Amino acid sequence: MEEMKATPLRAHHESLKALMAPFGGWLMPIQYAGIIAEHKWCREQAALFDICHMGEFLFQGDIVADGLEDVFTFSVQGIPVGRSRYGFLLNAAGGVIDDLIVFRLAEDRVMIVVNAATIANDFAVIRSRLKEGANFTDVSDQTAKLDLQGPLSREVLVGLFGAEIGTIPFFKFITTKILGVDAIVSRTGYTGELGYEIFLPADKVCELWELLLKDPRVAPAGLGSRDLLRLEVGYSLYGSDLDESTTPLAAGLSSFVNLSKEFVGKDALVKEQQAGPARVKVAFRVSSRRAPRHHYEIFQDGAPVGSVTSGAFSPMLGCGIGLGYLKPEAAALGTKLVIKHERVEMEAEVVELPFYAGGSLRS
Amino acid sequence: MSMYFTKEHEWVKVDGNQATVGISEHAAHELGDITFVELPQMGKVVKQFDTLAGIESVKAASDIYSPVSGKVIQVNDKLEDAPELVNESAQDAGWICKLEAADLAELGALMDVAAYAEYLKGLE
Repeated sequence: MEEMKATPLRAHHESLKALMAPFGGWLMPIQYAGIIAEHKWCREQAALFDICHMGEFLFQGDIVADGLEDVFTFSVQGIPVGRSRYGFLLNAAGGVIDDLIVFRLAEDRVMIVVNAATIANDFAVIRSRLKEGANFTDVSDQTAKLDLQGPLSREVLVGLFGAEIGTIPFFKFITTKILGVDAIVSRTGYTGELGYEIFLPADKVCELWELLLKDPRVAPAGLGSRDLLRLEVGYSLYGSDLDESTTPLAAGLSSFVNLSKEFVGKDALVKEQQAGPARVKVAFRVSSRRAPRHHYEIFQDGAPVGSVTSGAFSPMLGCGIGLGYLKPEAAALGTKLVIKHERVEMEAEVVELPFYAGGSLRS
Repeated sequence: MSMYFTKEHEWVKVDGNQATVGISEHAAHELGDITFVELPQMGKVVKQFDTLAGIESVKAASDIYSPVSGKVIQVNDKLEDAPELVNESAQDAGWICKLEAADLAELGALMDVAAYAEYLKGLE
């Protein structure tokens, strides 16, 4: 068995008595005070997440000539410097190898941020699609990432690091000095709240973690609350809601796919678009506090129509919510569903995303 | 009144033939934030160790097994809107239901407080 990896903050989590568990090959903090308390803190204050497990790649060179332009479902050349874009790395069948964010650091310099469990494969796949000898490196081990998310995150960071951070619009970033070293502060996140992702050298992350936690508005939050926060705003989780057998069209994420450019998987997506996807991702709301969970079966009028890929009790809505893939005929808004697993049974209804739209994301 | 525990971490406290049932503090802690309690139907008749109720937390959905045989005569309906009571007070205000116990001799198959504490040590 492969050895479990840990972030530079492992001892800090343990000293905070975090519940630690494996996630994507990493030993990660799932909760500190409790998942619901941390969820609430993020919706009301500023929650600090150790996201050092995620991967970062650097590309330096000519985006078009070196082949990077055709790697993802969106144009890299079209991203203005200082902006980032979300999209996909696909296989030839249009299946999602990973969902990722590309940061345009300079005309000829790009950072790609990928999921933890997929780092090695993503790197190999992207490398294989670039021109021989292209300058492309995996800097995951040297690069740390902390997310500060919540309505108070901006004032916390401005207070510590200056006013410029307060001017960053949604999906833009700045390169700046934090604790005397080069860092990237990006107005992105996975919670539906105003928030920032901070990238800095791994050997500085403990110092930044300690500094942020000194602020009474900041509390640590684990991957348990992160999963709940992202589900309430309808973001997909790679490995649950997206995988290599799922296309962005089936997942309802075609707005992150540019079919007017070339990329691996495009032909399959064009065909799928013409034929219509065999199954589609839907969002559903449960009529009680019961939580749908991964792999629970979904029925319509007694017939199986799909299964749950993500689900939870939503503290903001006070009921169960979930995502799943259904036959298209069962996917219309308002469709009544029954979700079952062993003795557990719940009624649900297909609804629009996001489940929760009251966050401070764009404030 | 003594409290007895099952290996599945339910507790029972008996007053006459009335048995109050809940889950242990250890179980509530292990489950994490509890978000839903499926209370049993009034009048439901169960055998010892049969499924009595259900409980869901941010982490998992689990069954609650009956520590004794009997008939459900009362449920803690506060848990419908405030399942977090089980986290706050698993062995008191967070009780699940009361049974009319059929056979108090069944308590002999359960652990007392000291035995349950030993049992938990063995699980660590």
